[in-house]
Amino acid sequence: MKSRFLTGVAGAALLAAALAVPANADDIKQGGSMIVTYKDDVSTLDPAIGYDWQNWSMIKSLFDGLMDYEPGTTNLEKDLAEDFTISDDGLTYTFTLRKGVKFHNGRELTADDVKYSLDRVANPKTQSPGAGFFGSIKGFDEVSAGKADSLSGVTVVDPYTVKIELSRPDATMLHVLAINFSSVVPKEEVEKWGADFGKHPVGSGAFELAEWTLGQRLVFKRNADYWKPGIPKLDEIDFEVGQEPIVALLRLQRGEADIPGDGIPPAKFLEVTKDPQYKDLIIEGGQLQTGYVTMNVKMPPFDKPEVRKAVNMAINKDRIVRIINGRAVPANQPLPPSMPGYDKDYKGYPFDPEAAKKMLADAGFPDGFETELYVYNTDPNPRIAQSIQADLAAIGIKAELKALAQANVIAAGGEPDQAPMIWSGGMAWIADFPDPSNFYGPILGCAGAVKGGWNWSWYCNEELDKLATEADSITDPAKKAEREALWRKIFISIMDDAPWVPIFNEQRFTMRSDRLGGPDAIFVDPVHIPVNYDYVWAKDVQ
Amino acid sequence: MVSYVLRRILQSALILLGVSLFTFVLLYLIPADPARQIAGRSATAQTVENIREQLGLNLPFYQQYGRYLFGLVQGDFGRSYLQKTEVSELIAARLPATLLLMAGAIVCELVIGLSMGLIAALKRNSATDNTLMVLSFAGVSSPQFVIGILLLYVFAVQLGWFPIGGYGTFRHMVLPSLTLGLLGAGWYARMMRSSMLDVLRQDYIRTARAKGLQRFQVLFGHAVPNALLPIIAMIGIDIGLFMSGIVVVESVFGWPGIGQLAWQAIQRVDIPIIMGVTLVSACAIVLGNFLADMIAPLIDPRIKLR
Repeated sequence: MKSRFLTGVAGAALLAAALAVPANADDIKQGGSMIVTYKDDVSTLDPAIGYDWQNWSMIKSLFDGLMDYEPGTTNLEKDLAEDFTISDDGLTYTFTLRKGVKFHNGRELTADDVKYSLDRVANPKTQSPGAGFFGSIKGFDEVSAGKADSLSGVTVVDPYTVKIELSRPDATMLHVLAINFSSVVPKEEVEKWGADFGKHPVGSGAFELAEWTLGQRLVFKRNADYWKPGIPKLDEIDFEVGQEPIVALLRLQRGEADIPGDGIPPAKFLEVTKDPQYKDLIIEGGQLQTGYVTMNVKMPPFDKPEVRKAVNMAINKDRIVRIINGRAVPANQPLPPSMPGYDKDYKGYPFDPEAAKKMLADAGFPDGFETELYVYNTDPNPRIAQSIQADLAAIGIKAELKALAQANVIAAGGEPDQAPMIWSGGMAWIADFPDPSNFYGPILGCAGAVKGGWNWSWYCNEELDKLATEADSITDPAKKAEREALWRKIFISIMDDAPWVPIFNEQRFTMRSDRLGGPDAIFVDPVHIPVNYDYVWAKDVQ
Repeated sequence: MVSYVLRRILQSALILLGVSLFTFVLLYLIPADPARQIAGRSATAQTVENIREQLGLNLPFYQQYGRYLFGLVQGDFGRSYLQKTEVSELIAARLPATLLLMAGAIVCELVIGLSMGLIAALKRNSATDNTLMVLSFAGVSSPQFVIGILLLYVFAVQLGWFPIGGYGTFRHMVLPSLTLGLLGAGWYARMMRSSMLDVLRQDYIRTARAKGLQRFQVLFGHAVPNALLPIIAMIGIDIGLFMSGIVVVESVFGWPGIGQLAWQAIQRVDIPIIMGVTLVSACAIVLGNFLADMIAPLIDPRIKLR
């Protein structure tokens, strides 16, 4: 009787704890922990080097940069920078640093550290995959060529002021200063650990690394001295690696894990998303991604805009979305809906095989033609390509599928005369930062239409390139809307030339356990992928 | 004896050299450019070129292989392209888990295989014998990922007796050891059965019976020890068998050993890790075979090493 009474009390207490969900974010108590699982080992936590979506969000929790984004959004906000000014010509950025910010080793972060970190990422010896983002900083070319060790454009004015001079106006500079590669690192720790800094990261972020057992787990502990009051919410995050997504899902269902970092395994997706008991635990969000078919405008018959438009009208995008169990939304333009500059009024080319056939006939191909469609050979890409192949066949285009390893498809796309058509799935394109220019230069601009580049349709419109340069020269944050409108115009003009068939924008689905709280937006944060760890809180400590 | 050992060591070294060359050639021919992979998609051509130079990837094949071998003899396996960590450190961190799993698997296969073989031999040509032999055949033939997932589903997911993968306690060890051991158990059951049948027909068994020993004494005092002799020598060879099995078993059960490391590295074309794990596995196989050959004459004096 006694034990039953106690169980009842404990049960009521648990229930009360579960119900005691604070309404106001400021009322949320810090404490508790969560378990996040991943299949692969974490590769590196060096912010200059880490460039996969598994370490991306971890690095964001360990390090800070001058700029960041409001949690769950793509809106820039000041992070280590207390304030900044931009000169009228858009060439000089002056940042005032927040005082009293400390690295995990206890030392105060100063302007010297900012300069050191930017010099380090630009230095070819660091082998940073993000070095190219800093190309507009004065002195970058000298450092990149190994002629200098230090960026001449970055100067320390005083311990709390740093000045960044550019060689050309670059409206994306604030975004660049918000990506992981710009994170501020302490020189003494980098020099102490050398090439192993990625295994012993020391930053100034909300969490610090407490333990790393290779191949098994990483433990992040709360940075008690973190400068943002009340952040992070959790005391500890345990990342357990080496767990297949299917195992991670089973463990979550049993209450042994909180977030399957690799997402819901495709084989279980429909079963889990249709189950009412998980309805509130699965959060859907957009992703800065577009999947598209490129048509090489240098290879006939795709040199004719009519042919490219006909292909645009021939492909049934809804069916392709069904093939991947609805994990995407059909696209009609290069930019994804959550990207600034997206044109929500643009209707795109309609799905109309009859009109497509007629347009093809008018262009001089009443009987169609033969071509090749290159595709990355892992599921679901070949299935998607087959669907495209069937749609093309319906208007008389016989496309042979070339399903190859990722590296081979990318190599073929980087040659001017190899791949007439490519389905981009599994390779391109996810934005590095939420700015439309990131969707132009490398994949649609003239700069990307070079050997080994990523502009696989080899589309180069010099007029649009000029507009793009113009848009990127609008550096005044107050003119943000004007700049977005210019980009909108550029991307819709591209659709008039139709070098791509935009197919879909992938959606993200994060599953979390019932123990975790936090606004939905942070579980599908567009910048912290998969989850913004700093703002997750535990219901059991409320 | 000494000259035999020296000859075997020389042979082993040549085998390892051959394995390293063959693997290196295969990985060299893979149509993936490591420099481009490290540099990432946002890299400039200049960055890619720098990385290629720093890693020595622009050198001709024989020079690249030479550099690798030169590092190898100094115990340097190189640094992982993606994890940026010494390969030797990555392997060393994971080797204990793999060795533990192998020890568990050896226990499983001996206990299960030998008892099955013993019972089958004693009940020769009965229904029990037939059932056991069919089971052992199934054990030998079933792919490990099927057995692994089946065991995981039944005993961990449905019955909840064991954790769903992971590492740390004895309970974590049972299912992966069993999965890895079942294949060998099948072989051992069949070998033990035939070996026992062979021994039971020998004159000294009849003599033992004739002098009035109990059935139990005849069996465990004379028959089993003699039947075991040819089998013990096989354990060394098993290590080779396990090396191919651990990649699958460790991946299914989330076991943090070198098999899982290899599997991840293969998917991400992390060449230094693939090379390192392949060489360590080759060493283990060579060593296992060597030990098997060295033990054989100790337990059976009729075998002479020359």
